[in-house]
Amino acid sequence: MARTRRPVVPGWFTGGGDTDGGGPGAENFRLLGTRCGACGAVFFPRVDSFCRNPGCAGTELMEVPLSRRGTVWSYTDGRYRPPPPYVSDPEVPWQPYTLVAVELAAERMVVLGQAAPGVTVADLRVGMPVEVVPGVLGEDAETVWTTWWWRPVPQDDRRRA
Amino acid sequence: MTADVAVLGTGMHAWGKWGRSFVEYGTVAARAALADAGLEWGDVQSVVGADTVRGGYPGYVAGATFARALGWQGARVTSVYAACASGAQAIAAARAQILAGLADVVLVVGADAAPKGFFAPAGGDRPDDPDWLRFRLLGATNPAYFGLYARRRMALYGDTAEDFARVKVKNAAAGALNPYARYRKPVTAAEVAASPVVADPLRLLDICATSDGAAALVLCGPEYARRRGVADPVRIRAVSTVTPRYPRTDLDLPDIATDSAAAVPEPPVAFRPSIARAAYEEAGLGPDDLSLAEVYDLSTALELQWYEDLGLCAEGEGAKLLRDGATALGGRLPVNPSGGLASFGEAVPAQAIAQVCELTRQLRGQAGARQVPGARAGIAVNQGLFGHGSAVVAVR
Ligand SMILES: [Zn+2]
Repeated sequence: MARTRRPVVPGWFTGGGDTDGGGPGAENFRLLGTRCGACGAVFFPRVDSFCRNPGCAGTELMEVPLSRRGTVWSYTDGRYRPPPPYVSDPEVPWQPYTLVAVELAAERMVVLGQAAPGVTVADLRVGMPVEVVPGVLGEDAETVWTTWWWRPVPQDDRRRA
Repeated sequence: MTADVAVLGTGMHAWGKWGRSFVEYGTVAARAALADAGLEWGDVQSVVGADTVRGGYPGYVAGATFARALGWQGARVTSVYAACASGAQAIAAARAQILAGLADVVLVVGADAAPKGFFAPAGGDRPDDPDWLRFRLLGATNPAYFGLYARRRMALYGDTAEDFARVKVKNAAAGALNPYARYRKPVTAAEVAASPVVADPLRLLDICATSDGAAALVLCGPEYARRRGVADPVRIRAVSTVTPRYPRTDLDLPDIATDSAAAVPEPPVAFRPSIARAAYEEAGLGPDDLSLAEVYDLSTALELQWYEDLGLCAEGEGAKLLRDGATALGGRLPVNPSGGLASFGEAVPAQAIAQVCELTRQLRGQAGARQVPGARAGIAVNQGLFGHGSAVVAVR
C-alpha cells in the first residue's frame, strides 16, 4: 500500500511534489512564512494572528514564500541520538545528521534546518551558498513525513547564478 | 544604598548524580544557608523556590515543597520558573519583596535531580511549542545550538578547538578546589581533544553535563542584617531580568529561526550584552570595577562569548583574553572561579543561585584555595530559554 506524503508540520513549506532532495520539481519547493500587511515584518515559522513587531498593531498577515537560496551562517552535527519527540529507530545504529543555519539576505533572518543526507560538516563553510530542497524526515506504516533540507548549491549552478 | 539587599547566608548540596529527590537536596542547601546566616527556619518570613519541571507537581510548586519539607511555619511563599534563569528570577522575587517591605528575611532555594543525557521537552504532541518543534523537526538538542555558536566563532574570530579546550582546563582547575563541585579532577587539553565529538566542533568535555544539585540563599534588608550584628554584609546591588528587543537576530535555542530585520532594523545592543548592561546600569558600576565573574559556560565556546557580552574585552577577543591568562585564577579578572558549569554540571533551578553563593563566598574572603584576593565586586550572568536573561551584581 502506498504511504501518504504529509508535511511534518502543516503550512511551513510548499511544492516539490514527490521528490526528495534535488529531484525534478525541487526548484518549486519553498519555505512559507507570513508578512505583516501593516509593517512588512516577515515571520518564520509563520505567525498568523498578531504581528510581533512591538511598534505595529497589524493583524493581517499574508503567506509569503521565503528565498530559496541563502548563505551558511553556521553548521554542526548530531553525533548522538536526540531524545523524543525526534523519531528514530533505536534498533538501527545512529547515523549522524548535519544541521545548517542559513542566512536569507532578502528576509534578513537565519533559518535552521537539517542538511540533505550525505552533506557533512566537511562539505560546509560559513558564508557558502546553499538552497532549500524537499526532504523526508522519516516514515511510519502509513505516512512519509516530509520536511525541508538545506544543501550546497551545485558548482555549475553557482557560476550561472 | 537603600536599594541593596544583604546576603546573610549561603548553602549548597554537593553536585553530582546522587539518585535522590530534589526536595532532599534543596532541604540540605536551605538548612546550610540558615545555619550560615545564624537563623532558625522559623525566623524566615518568606520562601521563594526556583521550579524544576522534572520534579512533577512538587517541582512546579517548589516554594511550597521546600516550606513543607522544612516544616510548615506560615511563611509567605513564591514559586518561580524561568528555565535556566529560574534561580536568578527567584532572587529577583525575594529582593523585590524585601525592598517593598513585604518581608525582612527571605529564603531562596533551587534544587534539581536531572536525568542523564540530553535535556528533552515535556511529553505529548505540541506543534505550537517551539521547544517541542526543534526536537521533532530537527533533533536539535541544546549542544547542537552550542555547536552552531562555536563554529560561528571559529569562522568569524579565528577561535580554535584548542581555545575551547583551554576554557575547560581553566574551569576544571578551579573546580578541583571547590568541595561542592561534581568534577574535582584537573583536566588536560589532551583529554578534551580525546573526548568524543557531540556536536561538531564541540566534544563531550566542551559541554556541561546534567547534574543533581541544590543551592540556597538567605536574603534580608540591610537594617535586619545590622540588627543581627552583621555590619558589612555582601550586598546584592542589581538583578537584571530583561527580555530581548525586536528583532532578535541572534539565533537562540529553542528557536528554529531568528526574527527578520527586514522591516525593523536590529537593536543597537543584542540580547546577551543587554543583560549585563542592564545590571551594570542598575548597580552603577562597569566591567572595570569587577573582581570576578560567574558565567553560564554551558559550553566552553559560550564562555568566550560571555567575556565579550560582559564587556570584559572587545567582540572577537574572548579567546585572546583567555590565552593571556586574565580569566584564570590568579589572573586580572577570574571567570568561573567556582569551576563553572564545567565542574558542576547543570541543575537548572539551582545554578544561578549557586553562582551567587560563589560571589558571596569570594566577597567574604571565604573561598579558600580558589579565593580571588581582595574581591570587592562580582557579576553572575545566565540565560534561560524563551528570552529570559538575568545578571546579578554583588558587592562588598
Ligand atoms: Zn506588523
